[in-house]
Amino acid sequence: MSAVPVQAYLALALILFCIGLYGALTKRNTVIVLISIELMLNAVNINLVAFSKYGIAPSITGQIFALFVITVAAAEAAVGLAILIALYRNRQTVNIDEMDTMKH
Amino acid sequence: MTFSGEFLAFMSLALVAVIGGVLLLNLTKVVHMVVALVFTFVSIAGIYVLLSAEFVAAVQILIYSGAITIIMLFGIMLTRHNDTSEPQTGRWRKLLLFLGVLGFAFAVYIGIYNLDIAQTPTDLHVNNTEQIGIELYSKFIIPFEVTSVLLLVALIGSIVLAKRDDEKEAEEE
Repeated sequence: MSAVPVQAYLALALILFCIGLYGALTKRNTVIVLISIELMLNAVNINLVAFSKYGIAPSITGQIFALFVITVAAAEAAVGLAILIALYRNRQTVNIDEMDTMKH
Repeated sequence: MTFSGEFLAFMSLALVAVIGGVLLLNLTKVVHMVVALVFTFVSIAGIYVLLSAEFVAAVQILIYSGAITIIMLFGIMLTRHNDTSEPQTGRWRKLLLFLGVLGFAFAVYIGIYNLDIAQTPTDLHVNNTEQIGIELYSKFIIPFEVTSVLLLVALIGSIVLAKRDDEKEAEEE
């Protein structure tokens, strides 16, 4: 019926998730770590939408879950950047290695 | 597998998405990394269109390519805007992480490569937004309202966190 099998979408999501995971673990700039996490959440969204069309019981629910994930990801990015700016004001650094103390 | 239009569209979109991700890992300037990721986000929106999720694709363009990229650029501009993320991580640590991620990818790929789900015809593409709206306001009304509370909390929380501490500054002056 469809030319693209569901495994192709899952493999694409897997590749993007792995890129995001590697970036989040190796990059030193906090903004890049945050955006790598966004990439991982996007990969999860691809899975949700793919299963909402090609899953065992296709329904619209997968797309609604993807919308909720996008909302929570946006909230997370906003709060993360606010924390980053507050930290930068106190410590003058965006390097994630130097953000290792609980108190100033 | 035939070379139909859908297959070609999927392959080109997936290629652009993966290239954007690889550029994120390999570029040196922070601003360039964020701009490379815009390509990934836009092509993921194209993937959603292929999966007959037009509303999610529009939301993806609006939120990710629009809002989150701009807010990340603001975050970079307000901190170290000419930062080049220097590779000061140890070579061994990077290699070990790469092997770990590769092992994870292999383990998941074993799980999905011969996944065979019988495709059933769906009507997701017919009035996609209307379907989402009906479902959201009938089955998912409580999560929907909780999400609005979450967004309000995130809004107030980030304002309070990022606000300049006026009293402390007045004392310092």
